[in-house]
Amino acid sequence: MSESSQSLQERQYVPLGEARRGFRGRIHAIIVKEGTSQLPAEELERRLIELGFIEGALVEILHEGIFGRDPIAVRVNAASVALRRREAMAILVS
Amino acid sequence: MNVIARTGVRHFALIGTPNSGKTALFNALTGSRQKVANYPGVTVERKSGAVETASGNIITLVDLPGTYSLRARSPDEEVTRDVVLGRFPGETMPELLVCVADATNLRLGLRLVIELKQLGRPLLLVLNMIDIAHRRAIGIDLDQLSAELGVPVVTAAAVRRGGTDVLVHRLDQMAGEPRCPPEDSTWTATTTSELRAAQREADRIIALAVHMPMKPDTLTTRLDAVLLHPLAGLLILLFVLFVMFQAVFTWAQPLMDLISSGFDALGALTHEVLPAGLLQSFIQDGVISGVGSVVVFLPQILILFLFILLLEDFGYMARAAFLMDRIMGGAGLHGRAFIPLLSSFACAIPGIMAARVIDNRRDRLMTILVAPLMTCSARIPVYTLIISAFIPAREVWGLFSLQGLVMFALYAAGIIAALSVSFLAKFFFWREDQTPPFMLELPDYKLPRPRSIAIGLLTRAKMFLQRAGTTIFSMMVVIWFLASFPRPPEGATRSAIDYSLAAMIGHWIEPLLAPVGFNWQISVALVPGMAAREVAVAALGTVYAIQDGKDAAEQIGHVLASQWSLATALALLVWYIFAPQCASTLAVIKRETGSWRWMAITFGYMLALAYLASWVTYSIAAAFGG
Repeated sequence: MSESSQSLQERQYVPLGEARRGFRGRIHAIIVKEGTSQLPAEELERRLIELGFIEGALVEILHEGIFGRDPIAVRVNAASVALRRREAMAILVS
Repeated sequence: MNVIARTGVRHFALIGTPNSGKTALFNALTGSRQKVANYPGVTVERKSGAVETASGNIITLVDLPGTYSLRARSPDEEVTRDVVLGRFPGETMPELLVCVADATNLRLGLRLVIELKQLGRPLLLVLNMIDIAHRRAIGIDLDQLSAELGVPVVTAAAVRRGGTDVLVHRLDQMAGEPRCPPEDSTWTATTTSELRAAQREADRIIALAVHMPMKPDTLTTRLDAVLLHPLAGLLILLFVLFVMFQAVFTWAQPLMDLISSGFDALGALTHEVLPAGLLQSFIQDGVISGVGSVVVFLPQILILFLFILLLEDFGYMARAAFLMDRIMGGAGLHGRAFIPLLSSFACAIPGIMAARVIDNRRDRLMTILVAPLMTCSARIPVYTLIISAFIPAREVWGLFSLQGLVMFALYAAGIIAALSVSFLAKFFFWREDQTPPFMLELPDYKLPRPRSIAIGLLTRAKMFLQRAGTTIFSMMVVIWFLASFPRPPEGATRSAIDYSLAAMIGHWIEPLLAPVGFNWQISVALVPGMAAREVAVAALGTVYAIQDGKDAAEQIGHVLASQWSLATALALLVWYIFAPQCASTLAVIKRETGSWRWMAITFGYMLALAYLASWVTYSIAAAFGG
């Protein structure tokens, strides 16, 4: 992969944990790096899936907390889920 | 043989994701014929009830703890997994799994059904809240859904009259079918890729069989715009909490006064009817005031749980946790811990029971452990007595009264202590533990149904009276025994308590308490003071032989002011911030955690804190000549 296409990809897919209120997009991938959360990567991935975060699902950030804009309330397809930005870093969206 | 097989009781189980309306459905199906107990060995609630169908089949229905999958991430979910797999000792393996899913939000429920199908057990899918789905113009093709899943599907509206008729009819049919012999399951924990595949399959089926309108629930969206607003949302939450605190603190008071004066009157009646002596004392001071000391908490518990159930059913509880997450999380507490802790300002007992709103065991234990540090209303008589006797009523900076400031400092010390203890405990004991991250569904708002609320309240009241009540009552009898035996000899000159075991214990612990400045009178009063904190005031009166009367409290104040040093008074105030001086609270902790261990830990750490803090206070105050 050339350097330019890599940066293009990075620009295209942002972690949901960095998106602001009003952001709408589609989940591209769930990629959990060790240390993203206090949970082991595999476990966090399973928990995210159990709340409906899988590739292709539509997401929208509905609300943010008052301190550090954290946690966030996210609409996933038709349901709403609350989570912290830290864990939302594992959700790559575009 | 055959007869037994046909008319025998069938065992079905309700299983579903959190927020699927499973509990409302369980309430609708079993009504008040519910039994709530604990699964042996774990502090997980076991709810079961009987359903008698039109054709005379009796079905016992177990309401399994809500879960997103059978992976079991918590003790509650382990129970669900083990019961479903027939691995839970003493539990009958359910013959039918009745899987409850929210018809307005099928994704998570269908994924669970797909996972449960792998078990090869008989399964029935109930689409709950179908009335809301219809109103929101969500179209569900039941035949196609059933065909794609390979599972029979019925609809239900748990909160509507007659909303469960179709379901009950279907359960009746299935109860008439021959039993499916339990088989050894070859279940293995679902892997990440299987979970993902199951969710994809669920989404595929939803795309085929469900027509969703483009707009999400507009009422929820509009309400959330205000209730989850960073500033307005927090202000509204504070207002809700303020009303709740007021209700528990003040609305309950007339009822509590009524109950305690009722029991007092009953006690006075026995006093007149029975001849003076041991039996009279046992009935009046042991049994009647023992039962009274249990029942008196009921108004607070009912009012608090009324609020909790209303907020939970309305869907606000998850929002409150969202708003409080950062604030509580800083001290290592769960976002939902604010309700138990706030209620503990009125009384730690409803507060500790309210910790049930926290699902995670570690977070729940932490909340229970620090709840007794919040300044409960029973400390107020002790605080006011000592403050009015020892703290001069003068103004500070022309603004505040010194007495008020001391009172405020005592409250603040309780809060700071609770937050620090939880912070330190998290740091030292649970550092290696995985804190489950804050992740939860925000369900759509729903109007709470009075019937479901009433059933919930009734269950709580029964549980408190049966479970906590027996322990509190027996502790009260023990304390009565200590304060009454042995009896004073003929022609005794001092008050009866001076001859009792309580006095012996008091004298015995006096050398231990001397370094914190407590004399033997205080030490003796602390023993019956275990019944409830405010009892210590009356006990001090008895020890100093002050006759009960209208201005007894004022008299005690005068006597104390003349007999104690300021250092002793301050040390006793500080003692009461921390000391585990409440047998009822300890009893409830034992009941709620299901173990003596956590009761002992609470008792131990609070006693250690109390001793240390009073010693420091006494030493410093004495050094300044107080």
